[in-house]
Amino acid sequence: MNNAADGDGFVVFDRVQKSYDGETLVVKDLNLSIGKGEFLTMLGPSGSGKTTCLMMLAGFEMATNGEILLDGKNINMVPPHKRGIGMVFQNYALFPHMTVGENLAFPLEVRGMGKDERETKIKRALDMVQMGDFINRRPAQLSGGQQQRIALARALVFDPELVLMDEPLGALDKQLREHMQFEIKHLHESLGITVVYVTHDQGEALTMSDRVAVFNDGRIQQLAAPDELYERPQNSFVAQFIGENNKLPGTVETLTGDTCTVRLETGEIIDATAVNIREAGQETLVSIRPERVEFKPEMMPAGAHTIGAEVLEVIYMGDILRTRMRVAGSDEFVMKSRNTLDQVRLKPGERLKIGWHPQDARALDPM
Amino acid sequence: MSDTTMASPELTTADGVPLKKALVRSEARAKRRAFLLVAPLFLFVLITFVVPIGQMLFQSVYNDSFSATAPALDKWFSEHPQGAPIDESAYAALASDLKTMKENRTQGQAGTRINYDVAGTRSLFTSTARKIDRLEPPWKEAILGVNEGWNDPNLWRAMRSATHPYTIDFYLAALDMTRDKNDNIVGVNPDRAIYGKLFWRTAVLSFIITVLCMILAFPIAHLLASLPLAKSNLLMIFVLLPFWTSLLVRTTSWMVLLQQQGVLNDLLVWLGIVNNDGRLEMMYNKTGTIIAMTHILLPFMVLPLYSVMRTIPPSYVRAARSLGATSWTAFRRIYLPQTLPGIGAGALLVFILSVGYYITPALVGGADGQLISNMIAFHMQKSLNWSLAAALASLLLAGVLILYWLYDRLVGIDNMKLG
Repeated sequence: MNNAADGDGFVVFDRVQKSYDGETLVVKDLNLSIGKGEFLTMLGPSGSGKTTCLMMLAGFEMATNGEILLDGKNINMVPPHKRGIGMVFQNYALFPHMTVGENLAFPLEVRGMGKDERETKIKRALDMVQMGDFINRRPAQLSGGQQQRIALARALVFDPELVLMDEPLGALDKQLREHMQFEIKHLHESLGITVVYVTHDQGEALTMSDRVAVFNDGRIQQLAAPDELYERPQNSFVAQFIGENNKLPGTVETLTGDTCTVRLETGEIIDATAVNIREAGQETLVSIRPERVEFKPEMMPAGAHTIGAEVLEVIYMGDILRTRMRVAGSDEFVMKSRNTLDQVRLKPGERLKIGWHPQDARALDPM
Repeated sequence: MSDTTMASPELTTADGVPLKKALVRSEARAKRRAFLLVAPLFLFVLITFVVPIGQMLFQSVYNDSFSATAPALDKWFSEHPQGAPIDESAYAALASDLKTMKENRTQGQAGTRINYDVAGTRSLFTSTARKIDRLEPPWKEAILGVNEGWNDPNLWRAMRSATHPYTIDFYLAALDMTRDKNDNIVGVNPDRAIYGKLFWRTAVLSFIITVLCMILAFPIAHLLASLPLAKSNLLMIFVLLPFWTSLLVRTTSWMVLLQQQGVLNDLLVWLGIVNNDGRLEMMYNKTGTIIAMTHILLPFMVLPLYSVMRTIPPSYVRAARSLGATSWTAFRRIYLPQTLPGIGAGALLVFILSVGYYITPALVGGADGQLISNMIAFHMQKSLNWSLAAALASLLLAGVLILYWLYDRLVGIDNMKLG
């Protein structure tokens, strides 16, 4: 499943492994090629190895095995300050004893740039994040969002071609985070830089990225564009991790090409798309997105199997209605329906038939 | 300035009670309880700290051991201005006082006080008082007959100034100054000036010790702060171990190590670095004081540094590195400035402690490595000139306060982190 390193990417991880203690591998055989100008997100739970990968790319950790290439050159032995990679840290890491202007001047000064050129660049970088008036403030005098912008400007001020971001929005509140997501995305587009972004927030990953690499257990579980990732998860972990997901355990009854029928634990038979199952008779986990579940007969695709359900709870969430029901012995089955004018409001205790398009039910590995 | 502000309507609570009054009332109970909690410490500090220091400051400008024992001379001096001839009436007053002293057995006390200013006069008082009952007027001949030394104008000047119990003479003495025969303040004979030299040596040695502590403590503190907690705790025990050992044990172990027949010299001789006749003198001089005190005061530098370094996230240096700084630039421009509060606190702590250090220089300092506190102790215990000891101690205190003030102006006391 992993994209094999093809050697012509801007950033290439080639069979990279990393171990801290010599006993366990934090990163197991990582192969990844990132194109120039791409926005790639490394997504995964904590401890999945994504931050370690970023640190190896930045030069703060040594790869135990394998090669990391930047623009075709092996950078394993290049110290961090010679890599010319911009980096935004989780807590911004703005130097507290310097003003905003001095923070931005720092990367230019260490490159021996003259005063005039420095000032032009600093001004341009600050204007880029709309923080031109804050040049003489200290980081402690800025709000979280403002610090975030300054950190961004500092990582961009010396015109790096590659910028790494380590959960840069983790400390912001929800509204500001969403706003900053768009700003980072726009900066990426207008500057044409390559961005490697690390996050554990799947919403962030989906909205911003060109491609997302889902990490778990030191491996990339799936590397794909956001829509592909959401709609066609390749295994149970990705299906679980990205978005909300209903899972129904069962056994594969028949397998014909891409489609299969699955006998659930309570005996019902449903249609599903075979993703990573090999043969009839094996255990599987069928994954269905809550918003793809239908209960109105006229919306069901022709020939689809339906299944009985009992409404347990309806949660009003404003834009959507979230209905929790008992399906095939599971009490955690969720259906999401849009809160339109004519939407049918179900009541707890109601029994009904639900169904879905077989393409939306994906039979995956049982984890 | 002027009374132009408009009287704003007083805020009241819903019941019409003025808001301020209501606030005071509602918080009174909590304040009383808080005060009671603090009271034991407050009393303790008052009794053991404020009062003794006040007493010391007072002693340095007040000494009544002559004025209280010589009322007749006091009267005579107040009636006759400076420069008046020392005539029969003066000797009569002296005789009367010597009699009183003999009755009250205070001639030694009075003599000691005059002896501070004019050396060798204590015996004058005791010997003359012993014979005073047998003397007859005219007093001048009689007293001079006992001892010609009474004719010394310096002595009379000293007695005149000693009749004022409040005096700055002890401060003058502590600053190597005295009064000449016209009562002008002048420096003492250079070969008798010892305190200025000692203050200077104390400051220089303390500075050297502070710098050495800084150089030694910085890497240790950094290591402690960057190691995982389990390992750094173990290492911290080694730093604190000297703290838990008696000061005397530590100092004497340095004596074992550093003396001429000691472990270090033996090792150097055995290695052939120095020959047997050229054994290094590392003890009973400044070197000994510096080595032993640096070791003893090191934890006071490590702990504040450590507590500051612990709070500096590694991401700052990483950020600097990613922005293109070499590790040296990142250290100098990013890490070091952020440790300044710790360096400042540690340096102030070590310097102030070493300025007043007594036991170690007394044991390993020899003649060369004595500090001002050893001189204060000498005046407390040997010469019994408590007023001079108090004056020296007050000057030391003033010096430390000035340093503290300077630190506050330069770095800001709010920036100090002691742990």
